[in-house]
Amino acid sequence: MTDAPLLEIEDLRVSFATPKGPVEVVKGLNLSLGREERLGIVGESGSGKSMTGRSILRLIRAPGRQAAKTLRFDGLDLMAQSSRQMRQIRGARISMIMQDPKFSLNPVMTIGHQIAEALQVHEKLPRRDLQARVIEMLNSVRINDPERVAKMYPHEVSGGMGQRVMIAMMLIPRPQLLIADEPTSALDVSVQAQVLDLIEELVTGNGMGLILISHDLNLVARYCDRILVMNGGEVVEACAAKDLHKASHPYTRGLLAAQPRMQETRDELPVLDRSGGAGT
Amino acid sequence: MSTPAISLKDLDISYGDTKVVRDVSFDVAEGESFALVGESGSGKSTVLKAIAGLAPDWTGEISVLGKPRGHGTDRAFSETCQLVFQAPYASLHPRKTIDTVLSEPLAIHGIGKRSEKVVEMLDAVGLDQRFRFRFPHQLSGGQRQRVAIARALMLEPKLMLLDEPTSALDVSVQAEILNLLKRLRREQGLTYLMVTHNLPVVSFMCDRMAVMNKGRIVEIAPKTALYDGSFADPYTRDLYAASGGNPDADPVVAAASESKDPA
Repeated sequence: MTDAPLLEIEDLRVSFATPKGPVEVVKGLNLSLGREERLGIVGESGSGKSMTGRSILRLIRAPGRQAAKTLRFDGLDLMAQSSRQMRQIRGARISMIMQDPKFSLNPVMTIGHQIAEALQVHEKLPRRDLQARVIEMLNSVRINDPERVAKMYPHEVSGGMGQRVMIAMMLIPRPQLLIADEPTSALDVSVQAQVLDLIEELVTGNGMGLILISHDLNLVARYCDRILVMNGGEVVEACAAKDLHKASHPYTRGLLAAQPRMQETRDELPVLDRSGGAGT
Repeated sequence: MSTPAISLKDLDISYGDTKVVRDVSFDVAEGESFALVGESGSGKSTVLKAIAGLAPDWTGEISVLGKPRGHGTDRAFSETCQLVFQAPYASLHPRKTIDTVLSEPLAIHGIGKRSEKVVEMLDAVGLDQRFRFRFPHQLSGGQRQRVAIARALMLEPKLMLLDEPTSALDVSVQAEILNLLKRLRREQGLTYLMVTHNLPVVSFMCDRMAVMNKGRIVEIAPKTALYDGSFADPYTRDLYAASGGNPDADPVVAAASESKDPA
């Protein structure tokens, strides 16, 4: 990669004010993402991985505060943008897929309408073209009979299909960066593979950058080039996905070991030592 | 062979006019841990519900510990068999303290010494006593799932029906809950019938599994089939491949992960 990275973050901090003083949930995170690179962020609940994802879109609401030395996307300083300017960027240039389609789709709008809305906000198109783009997009996320599905409401489709609708909605304005926050943890293994294959195909086919946030190490290793492991708001390890099994940090090793294997011979799974802080 | 803990014969289950499970037959021996595997909509949770009496519209035969099972819920049955649900966020009453939640089954069945039993059970599932008078929203996901397991164990059942007990949890918390379930089974001689879509969990927890697809059982296999993927049915092989196969079968990766296991 010779040109500037797509996304550059330096010393990102997210904190929440509490009666006992501010609590930092992301403590000085640095990352850079190249064009067409796929980066995985892994960690447990509360490790700050989702907060990192959200802060790229400046979606941290008060009382949360975010600060960064650099937060540059494609040469644009995101920290200096007004909220109006941020709205132009969200969706159009950086998109985010949330965890559960059941909560992120509007229950009283048809699927076709919702996808069209995502596009309409950023582009003025005649209604006929709009409809054509929606159908084309539903086709590309492998929904059979898109004309019928476009007229359906979110409760009428399954979880896997709902997530594909979300992907269609997020990709229709053709963003340059896609942030997927646990896109498949609400789905089955078989559907999980389909959805991730689809994301992978659309991302690599369109020259998009991808940040995949998940708690599943092996899954991230399968779909990303590079992995950041987060714990307690800090990056504890960064490595290439193919070198994951060579990871050296005790926390990463602990996470890897806690996962049951296909060929399980251990009587008990090793668990992480939590004496230092939050219990389960 | 003694009487099986659960025996299903030609079980068909319907919701209204739709038949969702067809022709399911299998036996689970006493003390065995048996898994039902399949994707959403394959009918695996419905089988559990029928056994627990929550899906009353079925034909065929269900017998539990040698006794034929009726169609509804019944009080005597709940002393031998308990169900643990998937989402610990939805299965605990938000306005009841942990103490109330755990005492309730005892009160319903008119069992005394409730206070001692609650204290004992909190210990057994590894929860500190300070959690006893808290509400569910003050607990994390792993802690809530421990409470749900404790509630199921209050009546000292012989048989536990587990509906995806760890799929809502993080990997590291999942490991703790799986260890807990395994220890409880060893200590109390429980029989598990567990629904899951996570094949590695089956490898850790269970002895045998039945694979379901579209309401039918396509294959019953021992857990050793997970080691080399030696499944007879094409659907099972697809499912196995979608779960990433067995990376340990690749000697290079296996060697690397062996040598790096933390002590």
